Amino acid sequence: MIEVHNISKSYRRDSLEIPVLSNITLDVPEGEFLALMGPSGSGKTTLLNLIAGIDRPNTGSITVNGTDIATLNESNLATWRSHNVGFIFQFYNLLPVLTAFENVELPLLLTNLSKKERREHVEAALKLVGLGDRMKHYPKQLSGGQEQRVAIARAIVTDPTVLVADEPTGDLDRVSAGEIMVLMDRLNKEFKKTIVMVTHDPRAAEKAHKVMHLDKGELN
Amino acid sequence: MFVIKLVLKNALRHKLRTFLTILGIAIAVMSFGFLRTIVTAWSAGVESSAANRMIVRHSVSFIFPLPYAYKEQIARIPGVDMVSYANWFGGVYKDPADFKNFFPRIAVDPETYFDMYPEFVIPPDQLAAFKAEQGSCIVGEKIAKELGFKIGDPMPIDGDIYPGRWDFVIRGIYRGKDATADETQMLFHWNYLNERVKELQPGREGNVGWYVLKVHNPAEMPLIAKTVDQFYLNSRAGTKTETEREFQQSFVSMSSAIIRSLEIVSYIIIGIILLVLANTIVMAARERTTEYAVLKTIGFSSRHIIGLIGGESLLIAGIGGVIGLLLTFPIAAGFAGMFPTFFPVFNVETITIILAAVVATFAGVVAALFPTIRALRTSIAEGLRAIG
Ligand SMILES: Nc1ncnc2c1ncn2[C@@H]1O[C@H](COP(=O)(O)OP(=O)(O)OP(=O)(O)O)[C@@H](O)[C@H]1O
Ligand SMILES: [Mg+2]
Repeated sequence: MIEVHNISKSYRRDSLEIPVLSNITLDVPEGEFLALMGPSGSGKTTLLNLIAGIDRPNTGSITVNGTDIATLNESNLATWRSHNVGFIFQFYNLLPVLTAFENVELPLLLTNLSKKERREHVEAALKLVGLGDRMKHYPKQLSGGQEQRVAIARAIVTDPTVLVADEPTGDLDRVSAGEIMVLMDRLNKEFKKTIVMVTHDPRAAEKAHKVMHLDKGELN
Repeated sequence: MFVIKLVLKNALRHKLRTFLTILGIAIAVMSFGFLRTIVTAWSAGVESSAANRMIVRHSVSFIFPLPYAYKEQIARIPGVDMVSYANWFGGVYKDPADFKNFFPRIAVDPETYFDMYPEFVIPPDQLAAFKAEQGSCIVGEKIAKELGFKIGDPMPIDGDIYPGRWDFVIRGIYRGKDATADETQMLFHWNYLNERVKELQPGREGNVGWYVLKVHNPAEMPLIAKTVDQFYLNSRAGTKTETEREFQQSFVSMSSAIIRSLEIVSYIIIGIILLVLANTIVMAARERTTEYAVLKTIGFSSRHIIGLIGGESLLIAGIGGVIGLLLTFPIAAGFAGMFPTFFPVFNVETITIILAAVVATFAGVVAALFPTIRALRTSIAEGLRAIG
């Protein structure tokens, strides 16, 4: 499903080359729920971005669903992302000027769906995350847990096969975090989403099938 | 569609900031339109000049007179159809501090003046009455309205160039054929002036300020100018002959330093519009760095980002520009009302409107340029890292 082969990634700051990931190889089979843990600055976000096609490795290849995403150009990569990957961020990253409904609708605006079809999809996704009654609310009018559930609805509304989540419970209290993890678990089991989740939270990692640790550029 | 909706919502995010930016642009565009209107009003005299008229003046300066005797000589030059003459009178009417009372008073040849200037239209009976009475005068409709003159009214003037008290009676009111004609003049008999000068300052009589020639063929103007000036080359009073347009231009350019500076200020205003807008757009785009990254992550393209930033910039510039232009009209009208006789023509010209619209649009595009490039260059990974 996701095959990361021997990738390296370094950032250049002025003349200084900062290696972040070196020779990482990783296989994520379909339907997997993988948790990535590791100290701050170990490169978890960087690895997640590479898998999700929002950043490129310096060397190595990444194949998702049979597509070698490192070979795609910028606009093809954007199209690929919109079809294949759903994103969940630590700080939800909803657009504050749009309602819950409009935020979830965003990815669908790039498809050929009619307005009516979009409405059906959005309503289904919001109901799935338990926010069928909050569609007209703006992010400011929602709790952190609710905002993250809207973000999850946005991530799944196009029905992608892969979900990537970067510390989805990092900014939430225990109860809300628990609810989010139940939801993630359901998406994995019931809807067969392949999930790669970065987390610092051992309780969150418990829901995953597999936990890997990233430290000093190496994955165990 | 979505982009337009988001542009509107984004623009309303910081209502006060957007409002202040629009206000700033509106005031700047209004100032721009107003200054351009002054500049064009100033040059209106040049525009209204006729293609078939020439002016003969003293070769040294406009303020030196030419002998009346030149009239017959000039009239004999081939290609000259008609000769008229005039003399600047000056003088003070009532309170000189009131700009309303500041209008040109010129001694003219009653027989030829209105034939020479067909753009000044006067009823035939009024013209006849004017010609028949030496102490009479004719005023332009604009000052007549402004100062409430009626036919038969007296017009007392205190002379300055020509000292003493001068009493005129209004016998006619002319109006301009179109908006570019100067309706602010007071015209009276040159003979009346000349006779009083002869009486009070013997030796100063027999002079005119300048001659106006109507030529048969405008193509011959350079030749006529040369002929006239050659003819008087070694006379007591040398001449400088030029087309009316050139003459008006030299007149206008006497104050050209002021007009130049107004023009420069109008260009500075373009810079101010740009800065006001760029400040807001740069700030807004910076705040939204993460949002642009999220949109790109979801699959939105550069086109959408350009639309979002450029759209907001153009929207604010557009609204500010329209408000500014709408304000230009009352401001210009108010100014024209304060100095009704100062500028013969004071209209917000179409070219000014177009120019102001172009300036606002240009500012909208340029202000969006830098933040858009920045937003496009920022990689998604960097953008997501930015704390918005
Ligand atoms: N754009 C960049 N330019 C330079 N260095 C970068 C850039 N992005 C990340 N880094 C560096 O790469 C390293 C890994 O960053 P990354 O964000 O992947 O870590 P992380 O494991 O997600 O940390 P955290 O748990 O704090 O989120 C860090 O040392 C970071 O400073
Ligand atoms: Mg991270």
